[in-house]
Amino acid sequence: MFGLALTSPAAGLFTMPAKAALAFDSPSLAHLGLLDIAVIAIYFLMVIWIGFYLKGQSNTSEEFFMAGREMTAWIAGLSFVSANLGSLELMGWAGSSYQYGILAAHWYWIGAIPAMLFLGMVMMPFYYVCKTHSVPGYLKLRYGQGSSFVAAVSFAFMTVLMSGVNMFAMAEVMKIVLGWDMNFSIIVSSLAVAAYVALGGLRSAIFNEVLQFVLIWGGAMLVPILGLVETGGWNGFKARLAHNIATGDVPVGDYTHMWRSMGHFADNPMGIHWTGIVFGLGFAISFGYWTTDFLVVQRVLAANSLRSARLAPVIGSFFKMAVPFIVILPGLLGLVVLTNSNGSHMQLVGENVVKDCARSASGGAPVNLSQCSADLATTSVLPATQQAVLAGTGDVQLHSYNEVLPLMMVRYLGPGLLGLGITALIAGFMSGMAGNVSAFTAIFTYDIYQPHIVKHARDDHYVLVGRIVTIVGVVISIGAAYLVMNAAGIMDYVQALFSFFISPLLGVVLLGMFWKRATKAGGFWGLLIGTLTSIGLWAWVKADPSALRFVAISPDAKDMAENMYRALWSVITSVGVNVIVSLFTKPKPLSELASVVYGVTPLPKEEPVPFYKNEWTWTGIAIVLFLALNIYFW
Amino acid sequence: MHSSAISIWFFIGVLLSVYGALVLAYGIFELVTHQAANVVLANLHAPVWWGAILLGLGLFYGVRFRPGRAE
Repeated sequence: MFGLALTSPAAGLFTMPAKAALAFDSPSLAHLGLLDIAVIAIYFLMVIWIGFYLKGQSNTSEEFFMAGREMTAWIAGLSFVSANLGSLELMGWAGSSYQYGILAAHWYWIGAIPAMLFLGMVMMPFYYVCKTHSVPGYLKLRYGQGSSFVAAVSFAFMTVLMSGVNMFAMAEVMKIVLGWDMNFSIIVSSLAVAAYVALGGLRSAIFNEVLQFVLIWGGAMLVPILGLVETGGWNGFKARLAHNIATGDVPVGDYTHMWRSMGHFADNPMGIHWTGIVFGLGFAISFGYWTTDFLVVQRVLAANSLRSARLAPVIGSFFKMAVPFIVILPGLLGLVVLTNSNGSHMQLVGENVVKDCARSASGGAPVNLSQCSADLATTSVLPATQQAVLAGTGDVQLHSYNEVLPLMMVRYLGPGLLGLGITALIAGFMSGMAGNVSAFTAIFTYDIYQPHIVKHARDDHYVLVGRIVTIVGVVISIGAAYLVMNAAGIMDYVQALFSFFISPLLGVVLLGMFWKRATKAGGFWGLLIGTLTSIGLWAWVKADPSALRFVAISPDAKDMAENMYRALWSVITSVGVNVIVSLFTKPKPLSELASVVYGVTPLPKEEPVPFYKNEWTWTGIAIVLFLALNIYFW
Repeated sequence: MHSSAISIWFFIGVLLSVYGALVLAYGIFELVTHQAANVVLANLHAPVWWGAILLGLGLFYGVRFRPGRAE
């Protein structure tokens, strides 16, 4: 029996341990051979090559910050969806699907597809026709400098912090999975990102995102394919899952249906109600992220025509619908195929249990035996497995939910293929970082530096500023990564901070785009009070966890429900305040709203194309597919 | 796009070709020497067919979008 194949120890040159080549500092989940290291090294060489090659095509500000607005629909679409396909996403949602079942797919389907299609078909014409460089740039055209400046500063600040969080997370994952020293991971990845973004600007970031997208599929798709072969297909998987639930190896629950358990908060392990999923996730969070977060919208603004800009999110939506195949499915398959080295069924647990049950370097029983025992008692881990962990026999090692994807890779992927899988994870982290840094650079230069610091400089001055700000952004990100490393709790706060701004911004942008009467004061106060509402609700639940029953309207609600309802209340507040203040203040004359508001913006006529090239055709197909998936997994 | 620019699809073609060749070569090595890696379903020889798929896709994109080829 293979059990848990912790290494890929085939003999020969291909798998010679490569410890000399890298800075290892701790035991790891997988060991890479020389072939795997070669695969990773080739990736780094490729991204640097692309950066140097594209340097010659990034001489003007339009080329550096907006990729010359020359991207085809396919490139913009893949980059658009790839910007949200980082390794934290992959590993986190694979872990969530192990824990909660196919409910995790809500974040890929209703939590993305309607918003992506809405962006492409309804909002994109306004973003594109007004030729804005950014979302704060749109706010400036619609509401004036105040709202734009607040949005730009908060976005720039949060983007660079998030880049640091990503960097830290990558270093931690590389330490757990490969045993790499965290300083080594941070320095190498940040140098590579700084080089290729500073050289090639947004075009380089987009090229690398497309490259990453291909790598993720090439490196990770084999895992669910082999997993389904091992379990005997989807029906075989369900049969084995039912057996494992019956024997107690897997906690009781409905792991293969998305909506049946959404009737009440207490009926599903996420503690969520369907109204939270539909209105909170499907509208407030999803529309906020996919239609107003500049990190993703920037990719579509780089398209070479309005039709390409509209098609890009539609193309992206098809791939987004397919992502659960390489993220959710491996997590589900992990429920039935993962085994310990003694052949028993492996049961993954939370990060806190793994930390509390850590052994000393020499092995044996957990260092903190009593805490470990108490933690294990709260899990569904079988008694025999608990005994083995507490006795420290070595047959059973605890792993967290978030490790399910690397565990599945190690299970199926031999030399070379494992390197490809790990490269996909590294590429995901690096392109996530590059996406944040390129968005930060554009926002800082266009929405802070140009309007407030140096207004009328030559174009090449702004390109130089962009290159310098890219380096500065990476340096600040490194600082943020070390800050998070030395104060673990900060990571949660940084991620919460990011969520405060997105949903209120949605309310302001939507009203601005579709209601001529919305005024400058309405936009400013809507954004401000919507954000304060979000912060206030978050702080209330943080200070008094029992307040969750009011925020998420049920005593049975859990943390995830809080995020959804908090986003929903902040959008409603933002819209409500905007409407009320606008009705009492003087609106802009219609002549000033041309090209930014529905009803006064003449949309350019596009050349007719055959139906199979028409964006509405593909939007219709995407809607049908989206509905079919939800009905099939109802 | 710049008329003389190298397409992103060419870069992808090169990368997939190199990866496909490496993985396929290792798969053939495993097949010939009977030294299969200690992974589940090693009997399916995934490196051979997955490497071949990557190589095929890589060559297609590399040739189809090679620099200097008229669109």
